[in-house]
Amino acid sequence: MKDAGSSPQAWAIEISRLTKSFGNHLALGGIDLKVGRGQTLAIFGPNGAGKTTLIKVLSTIMNPSSGEVLVDGLDLKNSAQEIRPRIGVVTHQTFLYSNLTAYENLQFYSRMFDVPNFKERIHQVVAMVGMTPRLYDRVGTLSRGMQQRLSIARALLHKPAIMLLDEPETGLDQQAVSMLWRSLKEEELEQRTVIFTSHGLERGLDVCDYVVILDQGKIVFEQPSKALDLAGLRHAYQDSTEAAE
Amino acid sequence: MRFWRKAFVIVWKDIISEIRTKETISSVLVFAILVIVIFNFAFGANQETMISVAPGILWVTFAFAGVLSLNRSFIVEKEEYCLEGLMACPVSREVIYVGKMLGSLLFMLFIEAIVLPIFALLFNLAVLSPQLITVTFLTTLGFVAVGTLFSALAVNTKARELVLPILFLPIVAPIIICAVNASGLALAGEPWSSLSSWLQIIVAFDIIFLVASFLVFTFVIEE
Repeated sequence: MKDAGSSPQAWAIEISRLTKSFGNHLALGGIDLKVGRGQTLAIFGPNGAGKTTLIKVLSTIMNPSSGEVLVDGLDLKNSAQEIRPRIGVVTHQTFLYSNLTAYENLQFYSRMFDVPNFKERIHQVVAMVGMTPRLYDRVGTLSRGMQQRLSIARALLHKPAIMLLDEPETGLDQQAVSMLWRSLKEEELEQRTVIFTSHGLERGLDVCDYVVILDQGKIVFEQPSKALDLAGLRHAYQDSTEAAE
Repeated sequence: MRFWRKAFVIVWKDIISEIRTKETISSVLVFAILVIVIFNFAFGANQETMISVAPGILWVTFAFAGVLSLNRSFIVEKEEYCLEGLMACPVSREVIYVGKMLGSLLFMLFIEAIVLPIFALLFNLAVLSPQLITVTFLTTLGFVAVGTLFSALAVNTKARELVLPILFLPIVAPIIICAVNASGLALAGEPWSSLSSWLQIIVAFDIIFLVASFLVFTFVIEE
């Protein structure tokens, strides 16, 4: 992203020459990317493009094979533990225990993240995602969409400055999708940086500041969203993914 | 303190989860009691035979019951896709190891606390001696220390239920052999001094494998 300012502190995430391989398969083949503070980056790409791998590496769940990643100025390899409280992760897997209630799940993650006044905070985030009536129900009894809402609440608990979302709209109805984007920007953290992957070009283009298309582990297209309309994005998506094949 | 607080949060979560479902506890208990009952019938009522085979029966029961419970330890995390959630928490991988290890230790000690009196009743042996309780505790600690590591290793393989016992049982064989010998002496009412050489080996095993597993866990869990 080019318009985040020139000082080093302006970047929430700086990735250079990032690779990740699984045996002989190269999932990420030399990614270079910078995301400015408070900006929203949309990553599009076909299945197997490396979107989930990139999110997993950025969220410190997976180690990169090579390259350098700085999150909030901290090196991912040496400071993973310091980086984690600054990040909230939502994926199509909810990271929730089905045998525990919604409250117990959030209590567990609050304690792991040292959330101050966690009882109050749990009620706050649960209200934000519209799950207050089901707070004391076991997660296993909730619908897929409700679990995904709760997963968003889990990720917001510790007020992360950076949100990493891997296909966060999975299982959500239209109302919940609107709620998701509202809740990400609603809190006092106006400088929250959001990186999300999606297959929904229209919705993605609506909410992002910058667009990246990933294919076969490489960035094949990048542009500010202002410079794009939906037809242009569709065209770029088709062209760049076909060219990569 | 922060390290231990986080580890106990993981233990708390595992205990609540198990209390809710009783999935592992019921199957492990049924298995352990069945083994003891079958052996009891197989060896009849001859008290001399009973005393000589009892330690072996006891540790075969505990070892296989332990494998069953350790298998579940990380499979539950994996099946619910929560392992990645744990790994995204701002704690070192060692906290995850200690939390899961303490959870498994409490679980196994609970199973043993139920199985031992049943064993005493069926085999007509005095099992509640401080010597036997010490041997049981120390052996279980070493068993669980290694088992937690191998459980994390096996969870990323396809035939995880088969992989764990194949990898794990040869490693814990020495401590099980020591436990069988020490338990035999304890059941025979021998004093602490005669058990001390076995206990020393068990303690050495505990220390070596606790430290080694603690150090290696990070590499095992991260791919």
